Amino acid sequence: MRTVDLATQTVRDLNQALHDQAKQCTETEWEVLNPKGQHNLAVGLDQKLKVDIKGHAGYYCGGMNKEADIVVHGSAGQGVAENMMSGSVRVKGNASSSAGATSIGGLLVIEGDAGSRCGISMKGSDIVVTGNVGHMSCFMGQAGTLVVCGDAGDALGDSLYEVHIYVKGEVKSLGADCIAKEMRDEHIEELSEVLKRAGVDEDPHAFKRYGSARQLYNFKVDNASAY
Amino acid sequence: MSEKTKYITELRESATFDRSTMAEIRRAADTGIYDIRGWGAKRKLPHFDDLLFLGASMSRYPLEGYREKCNTQVTLGTRFAKKPIVIETPVTIAGMSFGALSANAKEALGRGASAVGTSTTTGDGGMTPEERGQSTKLVYQYLPSRYGMNPDDLRKADAIEVVLGQGAKPGGGGMLLGQKITERVAKMRTLPMGVDQRSACRHPDWTGPDDLAIKILELREITDWQVPIYIKVGATRTYYDVKLAVKAGADVIVVDGMQGGTAATQEVFIEHVGIPTMAAIPQAVQALQEMGMHRKVQLIVSGGIRNGADVAKCMALGADAVAIGTAALIALGCNDPKYDEEFKAIGSAAGFYDDYHEGKDPAGISTQDPELSKRLDPVEGGRRLANYLRVLTMEAQTLARACGKNDMRHLEPEDLVALTVESAAMARVPLAGTNWIPGANNY
Repeated sequence: MRTVDLATQTVRDLNQALHDQAKQCTETEWEVLNPKGQHNLAVGLDQKLKVDIKGHAGYYCGGMNKEADIVVHGSAGQGVAENMMSGSVRVKGNASSSAGATSIGGLLVIEGDAGSRCGISMKGSDIVVTGNVGHMSCFMGQAGTLVVCGDAGDALGDSLYEVHIYVKGEVKSLGADCIAKEMRDEHIEELSEVLKRAGVDEDPHAFKRYGSARQLYNFKVDNASAY
Repeated sequence: MSEKTKYITELRESATFDRSTMAEIRRAADTGIYDIRGWGAKRKLPHFDDLLFLGASMSRYPLEGYREKCNTQVTLGTRFAKKPIVIETPVTIAGMSFGALSANAKEALGRGASAVGTSTTTGDGGMTPEERGQSTKLVYQYLPSRYGMNPDDLRKADAIEVVLGQGAKPGGGGMLLGQKITERVAKMRTLPMGVDQRSACRHPDWTGPDDLAIKILELREITDWQVPIYIKVGATRTYYDVKLAVKAGADVIVVDGMQGGTAATQEVFIEHVGIPTMAAIPQAVQALQEMGMHRKVQLIVSGGIRNGADVAKCMALGADAVAIGTAALIALGCNDPKYDEEFKAIGSAAGFYDDYHEGKDPAGISTQDPELSKRLDPVEGGRRLANYLRVLTMEAQTLARACGKNDMRHLEPEDLVALTVESAAMARVPLAGTNWIPGANNY
């Protein structure tokens, strides 16, 4: 295992060392000490690495990740795993707003709560939050699954495209064009698989499903009040 | 003849409710939806035609045309990037998306720009192999929608342009209506086919200049600080926006005036939001100069650039380069009179066509229709664009030499005068024949 101590090295040193592994992989297991909430940790990785960040991370930790499995042993700031392509990011604590924003693939697991706009404009990733999510989560979500084991704040799934949203707890309100939908066998199967992959022990039958009513896909003047 | 009509010499049209205004009221009443169109502002605005150069005579020494060199090469991104972009002409191609434009049109833009050593720019839809393959210098736009955004393409880019807005619709998001969301466009944007795609107007993971500074650092980290990062704003509160963009860490700032084009947005937005390009440049330059960053953070301006005189005037006001969009499409064949009958068949006419959002462009440029797209040969289109870019460059050089400059960037406001009081005030140059700059020195 290779250790990068951010008490003595810079974020630039860390990211460059991790990026170098994409060209020639010499070490797959990495440990980052003293992150102390610094921004842009382990961004743009492109290799099957295991990266343990021992503490809190600032903005955009794991941004645009490909292939790597990143664990934040603390909480993460805004935009954790934004635009992730593949691999995984796991946050042991809470995550700030816009977690998993625009993420295209991979798995984001937040073991605490997530702030507002969790999964905003997500494009194919799977996001599992064991706690609650804040308002406007999954705004304009395009594809993938968002699983919330706690409660969801206001305007869940506003202007939603094709993300499958599963919530176990209460939803304070649904956003424009987001509706509750029937939980069929294929959805139980899908949710079970995502929960299993996330290592989260929950009964999929206890969740409700939400999705797009697809009424705003093409402009109709009769829907003007919904905009 | 009646008693009343015998005194009427001509019918009098209302200046307030003219026929065009009344037609729009009737259209709104019929349809219940605002008018959407492409192009840019069509109203008459104070523009570069209202400025003139003071050529050299006794007090200035001109350079010999065709013999004495006038440099047009500009390096963009010298502040932080390890690999700044060097362009051979100060005219670049502005961001226009695959989706709004056909793949052939994107390829033609790449070919034309590359032939003269300048850059082209992606748009709200990701990077296509056609444009990357044909563009030696490609700027990758980073937009609120993040359609098609991925780290592989990010690392292939020669620069990254974080888009906060554009001149045609500052404060508005993108729009690509369902008829242009074909299978390929839908796949690149991860959208269902045929939906009306309305891109967000705000970025999803940052909300202000302090956040943007961190976002820019993230992009630099992902790309190992190799490439320049631009920030593009629509011209509104340009003085403040430019200061904040510098503070956020931009290498290059792109200011797009309200004459700048769009593929689709509301008519009311195009005509009523933003400020003219000419008015924005002095604000941007003032902001850069006050921060000691003029020429260190390069300034690209766009919006209504048509000829070498416009290029030279932008540079005299302090820009490092310009970007063209609408003019580049016209060079490719947009609104070409040879398609006049077909334009008329879809309710328009050559020279008037602006319904880019409908995807029926007879010239095969702003369409995803495979048959229409074939009409634009990307090789021939590229050749035409390269010709046009060369003319712009030579015209601008001609004017610079006439002002005694051996480098386009040596042009200065002192080389200009204004024809109207309003253009003198906006461009901050004297009214011709006077030393009066309205607003300067409390005068």
